[in-house]
Amino acid sequence: MAGSGKSYLEGETGLWSWLTSLDHKRIGLLYFFSVAFFFLLGGIFALLIRLELFSPGALFPADMYNRFMTYHGAVMVFFVIIPGIPAILGNFFLPLQIGAKDVAFPRLNLMSWYFLMTAAVMALCTLLLGGVDTGWTFYTPYSISFKPATILMAFAVFIAGFSSILTGLNFIATVHRLRAPGMTMNRMPLFVWAIYSTAILQVLATPVLGITVLLLAMENIFNIGIFDPALGGDPVLFQHFFWFYSHPAVYIMVLPAMGVISELVTTYSRKTIFGYTAIAYSSLAIAAISFLVWGHHMFTSGQSEVAAITFSVLTMLVGVPTAIKLFNWLATLYRGSIQMTTPMLYTLGFMFIFTIGGMTGIYLATIATDIHFHDTYFVVAHFHYVMVGGTLMAIMGGAFHWLPKMVGKMYNESIARMSFVFIFIGFNVTFFPQFVLGNMGMPRRYHDYLPAFESLNKISTIGSWMIGFGFLIALYAIIQAIRSGSPAPMNPWGSKTLEWTTASPPPHENFLTTPTVTAGPYEFK
Amino acid sequence: MAHHEEHHHITLATHLQVFSALIGLTILTVVTAKFMHLGVFENLVAFSIATVKGFLVMAYFMHLKYDEKIYRWIILSSFAFVFLLFFFCVLDEATRIVQHSALQ
Amino acid sequence: MSSNSQHHHFAHHFESEEHEYATSKEGVWLFLVSEILMFGGLFVGYIIYQHMYPQVFHEGAMHLDWRLGALNTIVLLFSSLTMVLGVHFSQLGDRKKAVTALAITILCGAIFMCVKYIEYSHKIHEGLLPGAWYTGETHGLSNMGLYFSFYFMMTGLHGTHVLGGMCLILWVLLRANKGEFNSHYYTPVEGVGLFWHLVDLIWIFLFPLLYLVG
Repeated sequence: MAGSGKSYLEGETGLWSWLTSLDHKRIGLLYFFSVAFFFLLGGIFALLIRLELFSPGALFPADMYNRFMTYHGAVMVFFVIIPGIPAILGNFFLPLQIGAKDVAFPRLNLMSWYFLMTAAVMALCTLLLGGVDTGWTFYTPYSISFKPATILMAFAVFIAGFSSILTGLNFIATVHRLRAPGMTMNRMPLFVWAIYSTAILQVLATPVLGITVLLLAMENIFNIGIFDPALGGDPVLFQHFFWFYSHPAVYIMVLPAMGVISELVTTYSRKTIFGYTAIAYSSLAIAAISFLVWGHHMFTSGQSEVAAITFSVLTMLVGVPTAIKLFNWLATLYRGSIQMTTPMLYTLGFMFIFTIGGMTGIYLATIATDIHFHDTYFVVAHFHYVMVGGTLMAIMGGAFHWLPKMVGKMYNESIARMSFVFIFIGFNVTFFPQFVLGNMGMPRRYHDYLPAFESLNKISTIGSWMIGFGFLIALYAIIQAIRSGSPAPMNPWGSKTLEWTTASPPPHENFLTTPTVTAGPYEFK
Repeated sequence: MAHHEEHHHITLATHLQVFSALIGLTILTVVTAKFMHLGVFENLVAFSIATVKGFLVMAYFMHLKYDEKIYRWIILSSFAFVFLLFFFCVLDEATRIVQHSALQ
Repeated sequence: MSSNSQHHHFAHHFESEEHEYATSKEGVWLFLVSEILMFGGLFVGYIIYQHMYPQVFHEGAMHLDWRLGALNTIVLLFSSLTMVLGVHFSQLGDRKKAVTALAITILCGAIFMCVKYIEYSHKIHEGLLPGAWYTGETHGLSNMGLYFSFYFMMTGLHGTHVLGGMCLILWVLLRANKGEFNSHYYTPVEGVGLFWHLVDLIWIFLFPLLYLVG
């Protein structure tokens, strides 16, 4: 079959051709639209949370606030940041970057998307059953008080997990088997390395979440008592099972972000990446260590001191590969010809925010200080700095970086920069005060607070509006690019990876002739 | 056509031998558990036999002995991570300050 | 479509039929990894609670009939053998023998499920039910139901896999019957076979865990 040379957007058109497409690029865009919708949904819940916390006293009933908080967490975690970068950018660019025509199992790839959609519909249906108010962590025994909504949500998470496993499996097989001639493992772009490490986590960790939520559903339906202290079960074991998945899940969220940052930092410094091997293998190291640290979520849960100390020490190890990445990025910037494009701004924003997020993690990994900070806004600020500041900054940077390749149009640089300004400043205005609030002792997850916390909470809520506005600008920039952007050349940024050697947007078969690779991915001169 | 050749290495006779071994081990595990009184070694013996049976199934029926090595690593990783879950959960449960459940 | 042609048309992103075969097989193995980790969670939970409540688990296991367990073990082992033969004959393109072997495998799966049904109805009759539903003999213990929570979760999840496996085997049986498999293309039988062996493998560990040493 000779390539027709037509772009993947042309050819068959119509909604049906998209919903049945096996082309990884189209599936990537399907994920983009659905994840963007979930992000809007989760974002609305976030704004409602901040609205309630704008001033002391109840604006919404407490029960309703608990549901906002649960849905914000569950939607953002399971339907936005976990599928986020791997399913959108990974789907689109992993095959392109290794010179493959598609992922290993295109049908499975489409099926994963349908699984995610099914899960999302189920998750939204729980609203009709009265809603879930357990928080996204579903801690027992509160979550086993026989609520139909919890049962449906548990199955929704199970199916979302299935989607994640199948995506991971697909990517591992793709990386192992479909690399173009000459594309050795040590010549793969760092984004591929990051997605590959993430995929390993998805396959190894998600099944344990599957069995955990299955047990949770059974607990609700049949009172099996495995996690119910009234029947001799151990609720702390639920936490162990839950965090065996959910801690690596944190890295499922952030490793792909680090991969994106590696691409952006080298492209917009116009310089070969510093320490390619170190960055590549530190992804695998982070993936491995992430399995050894989950107990740091449970320091106050009643787990034994021996376990707590072990987990605390192991947690400190995560800092090593993370710092390796950060220092290598800094060294890449050093004496590079830095271009302050929108993706580069997001990259620098990522480094700033992620460093704060990482450093504050040290206090939470230290048992003594964690006792003080546990379940306060300090924790909320910390994980938003890592997950939102990290992943969302990277996804925005990546989206603008690859937009010309995905849709074949250039975006307006000044509008896009404006989105960065609002998101970056808004983010820090929202979450930095929460470090202080947490330190002052404001507990998380409550719908109300003492008057002493009012002024910082007001600042935080105003920040959340700035973030929301920033995302609206970003959305506008993307729509404007698609509607009236100038046509994108093949390689607008002067990047060196393979996806830039094919047309923008790429043809259905990605490369008209299979590329042969003879050098590393970042050979800038 | 490498893989097509490889499979012919496993003859039907081999499969039958493996099957007989599996049946034999099943009988052995029943005998040791139900008709001999091994006391503290009961668990060890039963799970050692199960491991041998599992090994036979994976090596011959699932062709791991003849296939590419990567499949071995893939399947080994799953056991390693189940062990990891086991290890840290037990580390916690075994070192907790004894709290007697009201239920026993 | 491919019943007459010896050569299988592999998907456009692969270089050759071997390439497609090896990649698909790796996919199946990765899927098996996720299955093992899912069951692994239950095994870990079982071991922890067995140490927490040794008496409960001892008395619970006494209620199980090891003869039925052993029978089911042998049935599943035999089905694994016929599955191997199913793959073997599919690869040789021997349509008749392949279909027979696969049909026997499905039959074994059905026998396994019937025995499970007998066991389950017996337990339900005696009130040996999970958790709060337990109404059987208490042996002076207040949470006997915990053992049966594990019993039903583990055998239930395993049984679901047996049923799923039977459906998959039926699917490859129908394809084998159409003569779709030969030495160039038998990937689906091979993949389903690996899944079926995993189901057997899990039972190999469940049998001593539940019936023998508990």
